[in-house]
Amino acid sequence: MLLNVENLRVSYGKIKALHGVSFNIDAGEIVTIIGANGAGKSTTLRAVSRMVPVESGSAMTCMGKDLLKFPPEKVVSELGITHVPEGRRLFGNLTVMENLQLATFARKDLDNVKKDIRRVFQIFPRLEERKSQASGTMSGGEQQMLAVGRAFMSGRRLMLLDEPSMGLSPLLMMNVFQALKEINRQEGTAILLVEQNARLALKFSQKGYVLENGNLVLEGDSDTLINDPQVKKAYLGG
Amino acid sequence: MTFTFLMQNLINALQWGSFYALIAMGYSMVYSILMLFNFAHGDIFMVGAYIGLGVSLGLLSLFGTGAAAILPGWVLLVLTILISMFLTAFVGIIVERVGYRPLREAPRASAAITGLMIGIMLETGNILFLGGQRFKFPQLHQFIAHTKWGMAMRAMAYDYVVVPLVGVPMNTIAAMTFAIGSALAAAAGILFGLAYPVLDPYMGVSFGWKAFVAAILGGRGSIMGACLAGFMLGFIEIMTVPAIQIMNRLFSLNIGSNLRDLIAYSIVLVILVFRPHGLFGQAYSSKLRL
Ligand SMILES: Nc1ncnc2c1ncn2[C@@H]1O[C@H](COP(=O)(O)OP(=O)(O)O)[C@@H](O)[C@H]1O
Ligand SMILES: [Mg+2]
Repeated sequence: MLLNVENLRVSYGKIKALHGVSFNIDAGEIVTIIGANGAGKSTTLRAVSRMVPVESGSAMTCMGKDLLKFPPEKVVSELGITHVPEGRRLFGNLTVMENLQLATFARKDLDNVKKDIRRVFQIFPRLEERKSQASGTMSGGEQQMLAVGRAFMSGRRLMLLDEPSMGLSPLLMMNVFQALKEINRQEGTAILLVEQNARLALKFSQKGYVLENGNLVLEGDSDTLINDPQVKKAYLGG
Repeated sequence: MTFTFLMQNLINALQWGSFYALIAMGYSMVYSILMLFNFAHGDIFMVGAYIGLGVSLGLLSLFGTGAAAILPGWVLLVLTILISMFLTAFVGIIVERVGYRPLREAPRASAAITGLMIGIMLETGNILFLGGQRFKFPQLHQFIAHTKWGMAMRAMAYDYVVVPLVGVPMNTIAAMTFAIGSALAAAAGILFGLAYPVLDPYMGVSFGWKAFVAAILGGRGSIMGACLAGFMLGFIEIMTVPAIQIMNRLFSLNIGSNLRDLIAYSIVLVILVFRPHGLFGQAYSSKLRL
């Protein structure tokens, strides 16, 4: 098992966002968590990338190592878990190339860095055309590509993706998801995808969880979930 | 009004400006990257000057003076500057670690007050324990523009919350920022000590505030702007006195040169009225929470 999360609880001050969530991800697997706005999807990802503190009793392990012992930057550089946050959050004052290079800050294998940048440009040719442009001035689709590319440069064991489809045209969305599939196949990168677009997410993934008000209420193979009457009614528009 | 008199003022203005510029650059650098005005910065200038004094005395006793000197004077000076910058950088790192890091999520006002308190502690600490060639600025710009450390600093200035998400240790970058800013202040402190060999524990206060004005005048967060504004401020301050004298002579007035600061800072105020974001400032901030 690559990632195992048990009884995850997170609060923002008095607001309880997660009430004891448990899930797991195997190496190379694509897993999704679907749920309505405010269900706690983003919070789950933030907990895994150690961007929010978890309450006592929560346990997370990555390949048997206690995730809670790692500060956020080491979750990336030592465990290879990357987080593509909601809204992309690129460094808009840095160029495309600089965003990619910065993500290799902690890497020591400098020979591979060049190769990996070429790889990113091969997956997203658009980024190569824009490599000297300030990333803040690119379109939403290009920014999402760069956000994925940036994560790719910093680690590739597990990629946490927060609503990558948000604000993208159907065509660009296809583009991005095809690239993600390619990264998953060729690099063996596992993916934890969080989406409001449940149909898209279930088609893309192998396993799914349904999150409601901070509780996981359903889990199963994505093929099964997509045909589940409850899921259909609540998340797939009938 | 002789030529030498004007030249002398010009030289003083340049020198005075270089103090402000170096201190203001440190202010501005820390601000641009951490969105924080380190109000203890003026006192780090003072600490730098004292460390410089200590280091130069130490080096002189080690390597001798005058005929007995083993090393030429300029080598000693360069060594003094380098060692003092290094030591003062550590003071900066400690200030960040102890004073600011615990408050990174706290309201900005708390951090500002902490800065003032650290400043007072450095002043009184000084009293307790002691009883009472310009730095190459383009290199700093190169450093920030082209190295991975500089890139990380710029990223931090844009959206510090996300910095750890790409595997960059935020605390290390913050400490580095303070170290460089403090090293700049130390360089200013030594240059000051060379020209005005009387150091006192409160020397950082007025310099600190004036450099703060220069940092604002340059445009918050613009290191280049802070440097230029520092020189400008030095120039305005120093040149106000001969200007008053000329005016007095031409128009038979009797304006006292003790009005220097009043006139100089009125000029600054007028500039800020027309350029509220400073000379090179940007009006935007991109701070968001993740
Ligand atoms: N920074 C925050 N401060 C306070 N409450 C928050 C914060 N972020 C999220 N929440 C609350 O936590 C709950 C879960 O939010 P979130 O994880 O963003 O949900 P989702 O991503 O599924 O839309 C919501 O009730 C939300 O209001
Ligand atoms: Mg969300």
